[in-house]
Amino acid sequence: MQATSESGGGLSPIVKTVARWMAGFILVFGLSVVLYGHLTPGGGFAGGVVLSAAFILVVLSHGRREVLQILSERAPTIYDGLAALAFLLLAVLGYAAGGFFLNFLPKGQPFQLWSGGIIPLCNLAIGVKVGACLFGVFAALAVFRHLHQRSA
Amino acid sequence: METLPLFIAIPLAVAFLFPVFEKLSLRRALLDGLAVLATAALLAGSLGLLAQPDRVYWIGGWAPPVTGINLVSDGLSRLMLVVVQAISFFSIVFSLRYMDRYSSRGFYYGLFFLLLAGMNGVVLTGDLFNLFVFIEIAAIASYALVAFGCESEELEASFKYLVLGSVSSAFILLGVGMLYNLTGTLNMAEVAAKAPALSGLPIMAMVGACFLFGFGLKAAMVPFHAWLPDAHPSAPAPISAMLSGVLIKAGGVYVLFRLFFSVFGMDLLYARVFMALGAVSMLIGVLLAVGQWDFKRLLAYHSISQMGYVLLSVGVGGEVLARGGPTPVAALAVFAGLFHLVNHAAFKSLLFLCSGSMEYVTGTRQLAEMGGLSRPMPLTGLACRVAALSISGIPPFNGFWSKLLIIIAIVQAGHYALAALTVLVSFLTLLSFIKVQRYALEGPLPELLRSVREAGLAMSLPLLALAALCLLGGLLLPLYAGALFTPAQEAMLSGLNYARAILGG
Repeated sequence: MQATSESGGGLSPIVKTVARWMAGFILVFGLSVVLYGHLTPGGGFAGGVVLSAAFILVVLSHGRREVLQILSERAPTIYDGLAALAFLLLAVLGYAAGGFFLNFLPKGQPFQLWSGGIIPLCNLAIGVKVGACLFGVFAALAVFRHLHQRSA
Repeated sequence: METLPLFIAIPLAVAFLFPVFEKLSLRRALLDGLAVLATAALLAGSLGLLAQPDRVYWIGGWAPPVTGINLVSDGLSRLMLVVVQAISFFSIVFSLRYMDRYSSRGFYYGLFFLLLAGMNGVVLTGDLFNLFVFIEIAAIASYALVAFGCESEELEASFKYLVLGSVSSAFILLGVGMLYNLTGTLNMAEVAAKAPALSGLPIMAMVGACFLFGFGLKAAMVPFHAWLPDAHPSAPAPISAMLSGVLIKAGGVYVLFRLFFSVFGMDLLYARVFMALGAVSMLIGVLLAVGQWDFKRLLAYHSISQMGYVLLSVGVGGEVLARGGPTPVAALAVFAGLFHLVNHAAFKSLLFLCSGSMEYVTGTRQLAEMGGLSRPMPLTGLACRVAALSISGIPPFNGFWSKLLIIIAIVQAGHYALAALTVLVSFLTLLSFIKVQRYALEGPLPELLRSVREAGLAMSLPLLALAALCLLGGLLLPLYAGALFTPAQEAMLSGLNYARAILGG
């Protein structure tokens, strides 16, 4: 097992299968933490960390070589930047209703999923941002570092 | 439409656009254009703000009685805002050419604008926790920028800066936490309204010590200066100009002024600490600078020394105020300190940009390896000479006028020994810049550097513009002092009235 992971080939098929199944559940859990952020403990940041954990699990089990075939180095950076811009856009859109960061959407009934105005959208942006950012840090350290060493 | 939040929103938006653009491999001209346009727009906006009266903006409409986060435009923050935008504009123009030798231009711009967003936030915010967050944004961007070259020396400097910076941030957070526990609010105006009731408590001495240590380290005052002579020279030259020219002011000295004048209220103890820190920094900084042979390191030590002037002068103003002395003397001391702060931003960033321009063509920062550069590089040589004369206080350049005012104010306040010290430090500054001129600009041109030429107009233009500011800043002072300095001076002298100005009533 040590030998395969050294060469970036990943772990045994049993581990890979289980990790693939688990990653799906973890993703759904992370999404629910993000989407219910304005109602329950958690929110964009905590949910984003869970989202990135799902991706990290897949990378750990499947190994570098397989992951590099589907993952480009630029993807985490782009999602990270775009999510931050989306969050800022929500803040600036408030100007249309009268002020920076003004909550311009209808607030709805408290404790309903569709409530809180822009807060769920902010949570969503933060979730994507944190997920992409944390996964990007992990990928930079664990996956792409070897690429640069080889090319250097 | 309210423009105050845009000073934070625009740099943030631009900062996050650049990494995306970089990864999409867009044309370089587009990146450069966006960077110049954004800084120019911010500079124009900050100049426009000068003409407008003080105002407060409550974010998201959360105005008192439900106090939310507010942005404040008063004299002092407008002054700092103009300085920050001006230096960042010149640094970006200089970067267009200078950053050719580095890869990852998009990430450089991204970090630069993050630094700018952090500083603008620090200057504008009226909320203590917000202040901490923005300081961290600026600090983390600057850690990465110091290490941008990725050489071992730069990584070491950045790590040292990171560790010391984090320690200072921890103390700032501790101070904010204790203050929140005491007052139940994080809004600076509300804390200021409760400050008179708190002033006798022993815990307030602890809070004051935390802030003095935290922001003293960010401002690199002796004895908290150890990181600066490594960090500032290691960064790319335009970043050195930003760090020395504005970051130690916006993230350090400005916050000290804001907190101790407007939020806690100046008392005799704080004023004397300011004076002691200022005097010690002034002297130790210049003594360490005289022996340096690395051009940028020499400049970095001078930053410590020159910021000592600012803190000393403002401290004298606070001391006169606290002991009930004549207000005009306090006003002159504060005015002179602020004037020197602005002048230092102009000539120190000019010096760092000159050092960058010389390093770009000669490939060295060692004064002993340079020589005679004023002949092949007449524009850089001229700008460097103007800046050297300004920082050493030679008439008619701006540094002379502010140092003169500082000395007059200190004498009027009755601190004759400190005035003599100020003159001595000024003399030592002149000495070390004669050395710079002798070794870098005069003398024989070394064999290796026969072929050097001026690095191009994009690099010379910001140098000349800043040199013009150094010359005109002093001579035309009566024309713009009323718009720039008088409101800032009044904002500081009015002290705890800050609370009433913001909360009303």
